[in-house]
Amino acid sequence: MTTTAHLNSASLDVDAIRADFPILSRAVRNGRPLAYLDSGATSQKPRQVLDAEREFYERHNSAAHRGTHLLGEEATEVYEGARERIAAFLGATPGEIVFTKNATEAINLVAYAMTGSVGPGDEILITEMEHHANLVPWQQLCQRTGATLRWFKVTPDGRLDTDPSPITERTKLVALTHQSNVTGVIPPVAEIARLAHEAGAVVLADGAQSVPHQPVDVATLGADFLAFSGHKMLGPYGIGVLYGKRALLESLPPFLTGGSMIEVVRMEETTFLPPPQRFEPGVPPVAQAAGLAAAAGYLSGLGMANVAAHEESLTAHALDALREIPGVRILGPDTTSGRGGSVAFEVHGIHPHDVGQVLDELGVAARTGHHCAWPLHRALGVQASTRATFYVYNTHAEVDALADAVRYAKKFFGV
Amino acid sequence: MQLESMYQEIILDHYRNPHHKGLREPFDAEVHHVNPVCGDEVTLRVALKDTGGEPVVEDVSYDSLGCSISQASASVMSDLVIGKPVSEAMTVGDAFVSLMRSNAAPDAAPPDEDVLEDAMAFAGVAKYPARIKCALLAWMAWKDATARAMEGDHD
Repeated sequence: MTTTAHLNSASLDVDAIRADFPILSRAVRNGRPLAYLDSGATSQKPRQVLDAEREFYERHNSAAHRGTHLLGEEATEVYEGARERIAAFLGATPGEIVFTKNATEAINLVAYAMTGSVGPGDEILITEMEHHANLVPWQQLCQRTGATLRWFKVTPDGRLDTDPSPITERTKLVALTHQSNVTGVIPPVAEIARLAHEAGAVVLADGAQSVPHQPVDVATLGADFLAFSGHKMLGPYGIGVLYGKRALLESLPPFLTGGSMIEVVRMEETTFLPPPQRFEPGVPPVAQAAGLAAAAGYLSGLGMANVAAHEESLTAHALDALREIPGVRILGPDTTSGRGGSVAFEVHGIHPHDVGQVLDELGVAARTGHHCAWPLHRALGVQASTRATFYVYNTHAEVDALADAVRYAKKFFGV
Repeated sequence: MQLESMYQEIILDHYRNPHHKGLREPFDAEVHHVNPVCGDEVTLRVALKDTGGEPVVEDVSYDSLGCSISQASASVMSDLVIGKPVSEAMTVGDAFVSLMRSNAAPDAAPPDEDVLEDAMAFAGVAKYPARIKCALLAWMAWKDATARAMEGDHD
């Protein structure tokens, strides 16, 4: 066995990291320590993020982009400073960063803004492995406009089936995940973006599971749009990001409208500010932006390459540990090649809900169900699965706790 | 460990050997219910018998995909309602809903064990809010199907 080879992660000082996350020291059911393996749903938050939000509220709280008083100026500085920090995190410019509520809203923004630019005969191309957030908005766009929804299928081992390519001259937009929230598969986004651009289509990447976990540079990625959520990358709830190439953002009409995004309002008509303000109506979520900037700073301090290496080591350990349990089937690739730190599996004879219940009883917090990716589960021939996802604070001991809990579940249910 | 309090032997027995499972004819109404959180689903048919007075639940048949709690609940539910007049069966259903809410509303009247019989085994499930929907899935499907079958009577 190779398990012992990755029992230590050289890339991160996990003990020091864990000390920054107060929630990780609490006990859960039966007084057991918490093994939090559900960061794919939402990550935990370090003190640095909580402190950034608290400091904003205690020292600078005011509405950004309005008013002439000192606090208003400071709030604007905090908000625009967060935009600069996120832009630097992605290798983008601040004018290409739109703050949204979350990745879901970012994707909906693009889908609604495109309503006037597609119609019958046009095709929107997605994939079978999408989270519902990058699937339903495109179905809806097609229903509104008469465009046709098509998709890349997945191979039996959960990879994207790119041959033959379904991209044609009718394709107007390709929307695909940059890392599956179920199998962890990382599709070849740059290659698909190149083909899409040759066909004249724009590309949106769902980065909800990639931006928190691997170095992402928008120039290398090649996508025109990138959507992600703050709360999955150590940041607060209520803030997400849409990155968009400047020229494309300028070409899009607004999605949500109201204050803050206008130039001149008359009773008859309104003109709009340029991006990113055009897409940010209402008083901006400055405290959340401060928290998100602190999260990006925290991750940059660790180094995203180190984050990815740590997760790869945990993923390799989990794949090894689960593979040797009879009756366990890993969904998707069972090597760490071309995949990130999401490990979904089924246990023969035990429904995922029941697996999850036993895990919970032993202090292991994992996700059960279809993980908002119902079509992918159908394609892989399962109704639901159990999923463990890893992050900077997870340990190899927690991976062992997961495997032990799965073994206990088998014993408990007699399978 | 509290696992045993949720997974009572009665529940595991019904899960491994479900009663009345499989779709049968004839039937008066068929419904399909899902739990969108986990994807569990049940297709359920109800056949009512016209006895001149109040209709009686003649048969409940179902096909389902789901966890042990949802499967066992469908099995126990069909045992409890088949053969009962509709209003009496509805009383059992209401008692089961109360049982599932007993943790959230501890001051409410205690569930009637005589009415619930084997369904009392699900008392432990009420302590886990995420699993209550699993236990209720088949009951809700049965209530829906029965209501539709009753409407059909008046056509």
